[in-house]
Amino acid sequence: MQKSIDEIRKDFPILNQKVYGKPLVYLDNGATSQKPLLVINAEKEIYETINSNIHRGVHFLSGEMTNAYENARTTIQKFINAKFSEEIIFTKGATDSINLVAFSFGEQFVNEGDEIIVTEMEHHANIVPWQMLCQRKKAILKVLPISDEGELIISKLDNLITSKTRLLAATHTSNVLGTINPVKEIIEKAHKQNVPVLIDGSQAILHSKIDVIDLNADFYVFSGHKMYAPTGIGILYGKKELLEKIPPYQGGGDMVDNVSFEKTTYAELPFKFEAGTSNFVGAVALAKASEYIESIGFEFIKKQETELLNYATEKMQTVKGLKIYGTSKKKCSIISFLVENIHAYDMGLMLDKMGIAVRTGSHCAQPLMKRFGIEGTIRASFSFYNTKDEIDSLIQGIERIRKMFND
Amino acid sequence: MTINEIQNEIIEEFSIFDDWMDKYEYIIEFAKGLPAIDVNKKTPQNLINGCQSKVWLDAELIDGKLSFTADSDAIITKGVVALLVRIFNEQPATEILNTDLYFIAKIGLSQNLSPTRANGLLSMIKRIKSYALAFNSLEK
Repeated sequence: MQKSIDEIRKDFPILNQKVYGKPLVYLDNGATSQKPLLVINAEKEIYETINSNIHRGVHFLSGEMTNAYENARTTIQKFINAKFSEEIIFTKGATDSINLVAFSFGEQFVNEGDEIIVTEMEHHANIVPWQMLCQRKKAILKVLPISDEGELIISKLDNLITSKTRLLAATHTSNVLGTINPVKEIIEKAHKQNVPVLIDGSQAILHSKIDVIDLNADFYVFSGHKMYAPTGIGILYGKKELLEKIPPYQGGGDMVDNVSFEKTTYAELPFKFEAGTSNFVGAVALAKASEYIESIGFEFIKKQETELLNYATEKMQTVKGLKIYGTSKKKCSIISFLVENIHAYDMGLMLDKMGIAVRTGSHCAQPLMKRFGIEGTIRASFSFYNTKDEIDSLIQGIERIRKMFND
Repeated sequence: MTINEIQNEIIEEFSIFDDWMDKYEYIIEFAKGLPAIDVNKKTPQNLINGCQSKVWLDAELIDGKLSFTADSDAIITKGVVALLVRIFNEQPATEILNTDLYFIAKIGLSQNLSPTRANGLLSMIKRIKSYALAFNSLEK
């Protein structure tokens, strides 16, 4: 049976508290999501029962922990519908995953004069690693622009891709504008010209079912902490044939087959990319988070979050001088906005003192801010555990601050 | 007035507010009262880049004492820098260098001291002290 919102909120103990004497209204889910008890307890339970280093141990606990870790890999494989479990690489997070691909794919396939394409709405995490690769290899970074509504101008893609293009990196969902990009269409277009595609799914993975086979993505990355799992764990999905072709990213224990001072041979997938002791506890908790999401159900999540998005958008439009950035028809529950004559930082500081947590600033997307000619925005991002009452508090807060500044 | 006398005065002024919004309203009043910085002084050299708001801070040495002017694009940040200007204006460099800014914690601004984010209060104080240090060595 479907849990009610009240029941769901009880799964997240952190939500039930006061800050500055006011009930906490947590609308910074785009930065990180809160964790359900199921996830918190999973970590605790591991440390109380089977914690032990994985893969190399000969003893009972090590075997139990290794099983739990590898089962977590299979759970994530099913969660995103990957074909093979070895296509799931545990990383520190989306940033780590992108850096891995930028290094390893870059080493193998990118040479002087080659081109990498990113989009104008990327998070710095999906710009800077590619820029570093381009500097290393004397390659060229090209940018797919966006429209005033905050949508990718897909029609420009065909001309942007040339025989020199080695990879296209694009976000599934904008962390600032909320725009859900037509990634399937983008991937199809890129593949027609034999260009592999990396999708940053950090803001998409928690809102709707991701099927990497259906998308036909070559690489798909996301962070655990944005999908109700702990920090410090994330996923790189890569097509097996591609992952096999690219060299390891970091050297160390667990990623080797045979080591001598003359020559080292590397382990097979996925271990080739998991040097050192990985965050095995985080991996199990990440799998638990995916199970929690599925127990709530994407259908319910979508319905609830769309309702919150529409309600908040409607209410915000009644606030004098408020402008929303990102007006695509296909959006997830993220709203970036500014109010006339009020600096985003001032608004964020004051909302905070009313107990309302939002994000302000450039949201690690300075090129996107430049595109709109602004320094930053205020961003409210909703999860299925948020309520209309909380949105009412936000709107009342904004109104109060607006009057303070403009009356 | 000495630096500590001004700090105590500010603490007393803020003590009447128990609501944060009232405090902010008071800080905004300070921002509005801050004399405008000379446009020519809003140079990249005088810019202190916090993560979220910009602050310009300039200093001159007049009769052995430091005179500060400042501005910010965010009004609360501007109010905070105005408080610093009120404290440090026309104080001798040696006094500035030896100051412990206890008023920040007393009026509840400590959380704005985060070194990398937000309004860069820490960077503002560092900049003021480095001006004092420079002028101090100039004097000798």
